[in-house]
Amino acid sequence: MPATERPLSPHIQIYRPQITSGLSIFHRITGVALTLGTLLLTWWLVSAAYGPEAFATAQAFLGSLIGQLVLWGFTFAVFYHLANGVRHLLWDFGWGFELEQLRFSGIVMLAFAAVATLVTLIAGYSLAGGQ
Amino acid sequence: MELRSSLGRARGLGSAKEGIGHWWAQRVTAIALVPLAIWFVLAAISLLGADYATFAAWIGTFGNALLMALLVIVLFYHAHLGMQVVIEDYVSGHAALITTLLIVRFALFALAVSCLLAIVLVALKG
Repeated sequence: MPATERPLSPHIQIYRPQITSGLSIFHRITGVALTLGTLLLTWWLVSAAYGPEAFATAQAFLGSLIGQLVLWGFTFAVFYHLANGVRHLLWDFGWGFELEQLRFSGIVMLAFAAVATLVTLIAGYSLAGGQ
Repeated sequence: MELRSSLGRARGLGSAKEGIGHWWAQRVTAIALVPLAIWFVLAAISLLGADYATFAAWIGTFGNALLMALLVIVLFYHAHLGMQVVIEDYVSGHAALITTLLIVRFALFALAVSCLLAIVLVALKG
Protein backbone atom coordinates (compact mmCIF):
# COMPACT_ATOMS: atom_id res chain seq x y z
CA MET A 1 0.00 0.00 0.00
CA PRO A 2 1.37 3.50 -0.80
CA ALA A 3 2.18 5.47 2.35
CA THR A 4 1.48 8.85 0.73
CA GLU A 5 -0.90 10.93 2.87
CA ARG A 6 -3.20 12.29 0.21
CA PRO A 7 -6.32 14.27 1.10
CA LEU A 8 -9.42 12.12 0.91
CA SER A 9 -12.28 13.07 -1.34
CA PRO A 10 -14.74 14.55 -0.48
CA HIS A 11 -12.59 16.87 1.64
CA ILE A 12 -15.25 17.14 4.32
CA GLN A 13 -13.39 19.68 6.47
CA ILE A 14 -13.76 22.34 3.77
CA TYR A 15 -16.77 20.88 1.95
CA ARG A 16 -19.79 23.19 1.86
CA PRO A 17 -22.83 21.21 3.09
CA GLN A 18 -25.41 20.61 0.36
CA ILE A 19 -28.91 19.20 0.57
CA THR A 20 -27.99 16.50 -1.96
CA SER A 21 -24.97 15.12 -0.07
CA GLY A 22 -26.68 15.60 3.29
CA LEU A 23 -29.75 13.60 2.28
CA SER A 24 -27.51 10.95 0.72
CA ILE A 25 -25.44 10.29 3.83
CA PHE A 26 -28.60 10.39 5.96
CA HIS A 27 -29.99 7.57 3.80
CA ARG A 28 -27.03 5.46 4.87
CA ILE A 29 -27.30 6.56 8.49
CA THR A 30 -31.00 5.64 8.62
CA GLY A 31 -30.23 2.35 6.87
CA VAL A 32 -27.62 1.40 9.46
CA ALA A 33 -29.90 2.64 12.28
CA LEU A 34 -32.78 0.53 10.97
CA THR A 35 -30.47 -2.48 10.75
CA LEU A 36 -29.69 -1.95 14.44
CA GLY A 37 -33.44 -1.57 14.94
CA THR A 38 -33.89 -5.17 13.81
CA LEU A 39 -32.46 -6.05 17.24
CA LEU A 40 -35.52 -4.42 18.79
CA LEU A 41 -37.86 -6.16 16.33
CA THR A 42 -36.22 -9.49 17.10
CA TRP A 43 -36.44 -8.89 20.87
CA TRP A 44 -40.14 -8.03 20.51
CA LEU A 45 -40.96 -11.19 18.49
CA VAL A 46 -38.72 -13.54 20.48
CA SER A 47 -40.09 -12.23 23.79
CA ALA A 48 -43.53 -13.34 22.61
CA ALA A 49 -42.11 -16.79 21.86
CA TYR A 50 -40.83 -16.91 25.46
CA GLY A 51 -44.32 -16.28 26.80
CA PRO A 52 -46.69 -13.68 28.31
CA GLU A 53 -44.29 -12.34 31.00
CA ALA A 54 -41.40 -11.72 28.62
CA PHE A 55 -43.75 -10.15 26.06
CA ALA A 56 -45.24 -7.88 28.74
CA THR A 57 -41.70 -6.73 29.65
CA ALA A 58 -40.94 -5.90 26.01
CA GLN A 59 -44.25 -4.08 25.56
CA ALA A 60 -43.68 -2.17 28.81
CA PHE A 61 -40.27 -1.01 27.56
CA LEU A 62 -41.72 0.08 24.21
CA GLY A 63 -44.45 1.97 26.06
CA SER A 64 -42.00 3.71 28.40
CA LEU A 65 -40.73 7.22 27.66
CA ILE A 66 -37.42 5.95 26.28
CA GLY A 67 -39.22 3.25 24.28
CA GLN A 68 -41.59 5.84 22.82
CA LEU A 69 -38.69 8.11 21.83
CA VAL A 70 -36.92 5.17 20.19
CA LEU A 71 -40.09 4.27 18.28
CA TRP A 72 -40.53 7.88 17.10
CA GLY A 73 -36.96 7.79 15.83
CA PHE A 74 -37.44 4.51 14.02
CA THR A 75 -40.76 5.71 12.58
CA PHE A 76 -39.02 8.70 11.02
CA ALA A 77 -36.09 6.52 9.90
CA VAL A 78 -38.49 4.08 8.20
CA PHE A 79 -40.37 6.80 6.33
CA TYR A 80 -37.18 8.68 5.43
CA HIS A 81 -35.44 5.57 4.13
CA LEU A 82 -38.62 4.48 2.32
CA ALA A 83 -39.19 7.85 0.62
CA ASN A 84 -35.54 8.36 -0.28
CA GLY A 85 -35.43 4.75 -1.46
CA VAL A 86 -38.29 5.47 -3.87
CA ARG A 87 -36.30 8.54 -4.98
CA HIS A 88 -33.37 6.22 -5.67
CA LEU A 89 -35.62 3.87 -7.66
CA LEU A 90 -36.81 6.82 -9.77
CA TRP A 91 -33.17 7.72 -10.45
CA ASP A 92 -32.66 4.12 -11.55
CA PHE A 93 -35.26 4.81 -14.24
CA GLY A 94 -33.24 7.87 -15.22
CA TRP A 95 -35.67 10.41 -13.79
CA GLY A 96 -34.80 13.59 -11.94
CA PHE A 97 -31.04 13.98 -12.27
CA GLU A 98 -31.07 17.78 -12.85
CA LEU A 99 -29.82 19.72 -9.83
CA GLU A 100 -33.12 21.60 -9.44
CA GLN A 101 -35.08 18.32 -9.62
CA LEU A 102 -32.75 16.76 -7.05
CA ARG A 103 -33.34 19.62 -4.62
CA PHE A 104 -37.09 19.58 -5.25
CA SER A 105 -37.49 15.79 -4.85
CA GLY A 106 -35.32 15.97 -1.75
CA ILE A 107 -37.59 18.56 -0.14
CA VAL A 108 -40.74 16.65 -1.19
CA MET A 109 -39.27 13.46 0.26
CA LEU A 110 -38.34 15.15 3.54
CA ALA A 111 -41.82 16.68 3.80
CA PHE A 112 -43.41 13.28 3.17
CA ALA A 113 -41.26 11.63 5.84
CA ALA A 114 -42.08 14.37 8.36
CA VAL A 115 -45.83 14.32 7.66
CA ALA A 116 -46.02 10.50 7.60
CA THR A 117 -44.16 10.34 10.92
CA LEU A 118 -46.52 12.91 12.43
CA VAL A 119 -49.62 11.09 11.14
CA THR A 120 -48.27 7.80 12.51
CA LEU A 121 -47.60 9.36 15.92
CA ILE A 122 -51.07 10.94 16.06
CA ALA A 123 -52.68 7.64 15.02
CA GLY A 124 -50.56 5.74 17.53
CA TYR A 125 -51.37 8.00 20.46
CA SER A 126 -55.07 8.24 19.70
CA LEU A 127 -55.40 4.45 19.29
CA ALA A 128 -53.28 3.66 22.34
CA GLY A 129 -55.48 5.93 24.42
CA GLY A 130 -53.01 8.80 24.72
CA GLN A 131 -50.59 7.15 27.13
CA MET B 1 -7.03 -5.21 -29.78
CA GLU B 2 -10.09 -6.24 -27.83
CA LEU B 3 -11.42 -9.52 -29.19
CA ARG B 4 -14.33 -9.86 -26.77
CA SER B 5 -17.66 -8.30 -27.65
CA SER B 6 -19.09 -5.49 -25.53
CA LEU B 7 -21.81 -7.84 -24.32
CA GLY B 8 -19.27 -10.51 -23.43
CA ARG B 9 -17.36 -8.06 -21.27
CA ALA B 10 -20.44 -6.66 -19.59
CA ARG B 11 -22.17 -9.96 -18.92
CA GLY B 12 -21.53 -11.74 -15.66
CA LEU B 13 -18.51 -10.51 -13.77
CA GLY B 14 -17.69 -6.86 -13.35
CA SER B 15 -14.83 -5.41 -11.34
CA ALA B 16 -16.52 -6.64 -8.15
CA LYS B 17 -16.54 -10.19 -9.58
CA GLU B 18 -20.22 -10.64 -8.97
CA GLY B 19 -21.93 -8.83 -11.81
CA ILE B 20 -25.08 -6.86 -11.13
CA GLY B 21 -26.69 -9.45 -8.86
CA HIS B 22 -26.18 -7.39 -5.72
CA TRP B 23 -27.54 -4.22 -7.31
CA TRP B 24 -30.62 -6.02 -8.61
CA ALA B 25 -31.32 -7.81 -5.32
CA GLN B 26 -31.13 -4.49 -3.48
CA ARG B 27 -33.72 -2.95 -5.85
CA VAL B 28 -36.04 -5.97 -5.83
CA THR B 29 -36.05 -6.13 -2.02
CA ALA B 30 -36.50 -2.33 -1.84
CA ILE B 31 -39.62 -2.51 -4.03
CA ALA B 32 -41.02 -5.38 -1.96
CA LEU B 33 -40.34 -3.47 1.25
CA VAL B 34 -42.43 -0.44 0.23
CA PRO B 35 -45.82 -2.13 0.86
CA LEU B 36 -44.43 -4.43 3.58
CA ALA B 37 -42.95 -1.55 5.61
CA ILE B 38 -46.16 0.49 5.36
CA TRP B 39 -48.17 -2.57 6.41
CA PHE B 40 -45.84 -3.12 9.36
CA VAL B 41 -46.12 0.47 10.58
CA LEU B 42 -49.93 0.17 10.50
CA ALA B 43 -49.78 -3.23 12.23
CA ALA B 44 -47.40 -1.90 14.88
CA ILE B 45 -49.78 0.99 15.61
CA SER B 46 -52.64 -1.46 16.14
CA LEU B 47 -50.45 -3.52 18.51
CA LEU B 48 -49.26 -0.65 20.72
CA GLY B 49 -49.61 -1.75 24.33
CA ALA B 50 -51.22 -5.06 23.33
CA ASP B 51 -51.03 -7.92 25.83
CA TYR B 52 -49.74 -11.38 24.95
CA ALA B 53 -53.17 -12.86 24.14
CA THR B 54 -53.98 -10.03 21.72
CA PHE B 55 -50.59 -10.35 20.03
CA ALA B 56 -50.81 -14.14 19.80
CA ALA B 57 -54.31 -13.92 18.30
CA TRP B 58 -53.07 -11.29 15.83
CA ILE B 59 -50.06 -13.28 14.63
CA GLY B 60 -52.16 -16.48 14.76
CA THR B 61 -54.05 -15.16 11.74
CA PHE B 62 -52.55 -16.70 8.60
CA GLY B 63 -52.37 -13.41 6.68
CA ASN B 64 -50.58 -11.59 9.50
CA ALA B 65 -48.12 -14.45 10.04
CA LEU B 66 -47.44 -14.61 6.30
CA LEU B 67 -46.87 -10.86 5.91
CA MET B 68 -44.71 -10.80 9.05
CA ALA B 69 -42.59 -13.69 7.74
CA LEU B 70 -42.27 -12.02 4.33
CA LEU B 71 -41.31 -8.74 5.99
CA VAL B 72 -38.64 -10.45 8.10
CA ILE B 73 -37.10 -12.33 5.16
CA VAL B 74 -37.04 -9.35 2.80
CA LEU B 75 -36.04 -6.85 5.51
CA PHE B 76 -33.04 -8.86 6.71
CA TYR B 77 -31.93 -9.61 3.15
CA HIS B 78 -32.15 -5.91 2.26
CA ALA B 79 -30.37 -4.91 5.50
CA HIS B 80 -27.61 -7.40 4.74
CA LEU B 81 -27.13 -6.05 1.20
CA GLY B 82 -27.05 -2.47 2.48
CA MET B 83 -24.68 -3.18 5.36
CA GLN B 84 -22.39 -5.00 2.93
CA VAL B 85 -22.08 -1.87 0.78
CA VAL B 86 -21.50 0.37 3.80
CA ILE B 87 -18.88 -1.98 5.25
CA GLU B 88 -17.09 -2.34 1.91
CA ASP B 89 -16.96 1.47 1.67
CA TYR B 90 -15.70 2.28 5.16
CA VAL B 91 -13.76 -0.72 6.48
CA SER B 92 -10.23 -0.77 5.09
CA GLY B 93 -7.86 -3.68 5.15
CA HIS B 94 -8.70 -7.08 3.71
CA ALA B 95 -8.75 -9.03 7.00
CA ALA B 96 -10.82 -6.41 8.82
CA LEU B 97 -13.22 -6.19 5.88
CA ILE B 98 -13.80 -9.94 5.63
CA THR B 99 -14.13 -10.26 9.42
CA THR B 100 -16.68 -7.45 9.67
CA LEU B 101 -18.67 -8.79 6.72
CA LEU B 102 -18.77 -12.25 8.24
CA ILE B 103 -19.82 -11.04 11.71
CA VAL B 104 -22.60 -8.85 10.31
CA ARG B 105 -23.75 -11.59 7.95
CA PHE B 106 -23.89 -14.22 10.70
CA ALA B 107 -25.60 -11.84 13.12
CA LEU B 108 -28.28 -10.78 10.65
CA PHE B 109 -28.90 -14.38 9.60
CA ALA B 110 -29.28 -15.45 13.23
CA LEU B 111 -31.66 -12.57 13.93
CA ALA B 112 -33.74 -13.39 10.84
CA VAL B 113 -34.09 -17.05 11.80
CA SER B 114 -34.93 -16.05 15.40
CA CYS B 115 -37.73 -13.81 14.12
CA LEU B 116 -39.10 -16.52 11.82
CA LEU B 117 -39.04 -19.16 14.57
CA ALA B 118 -40.74 -16.76 16.99
CA ILE B 119 -43.46 -15.99 14.44
CA VAL B 120 -44.18 -19.68 13.88
CA LEU B 121 -44.11 -20.58 17.58
CA VAL B 122 -46.44 -17.78 18.68
CA ALA B 123 -48.72 -18.23 15.67
CA LEU B 124 -49.18 -21.90 16.54
CA LYS B 125 -50.18 -20.96 20.11
CA GLY B 126 -52.42 -18.07 19.06
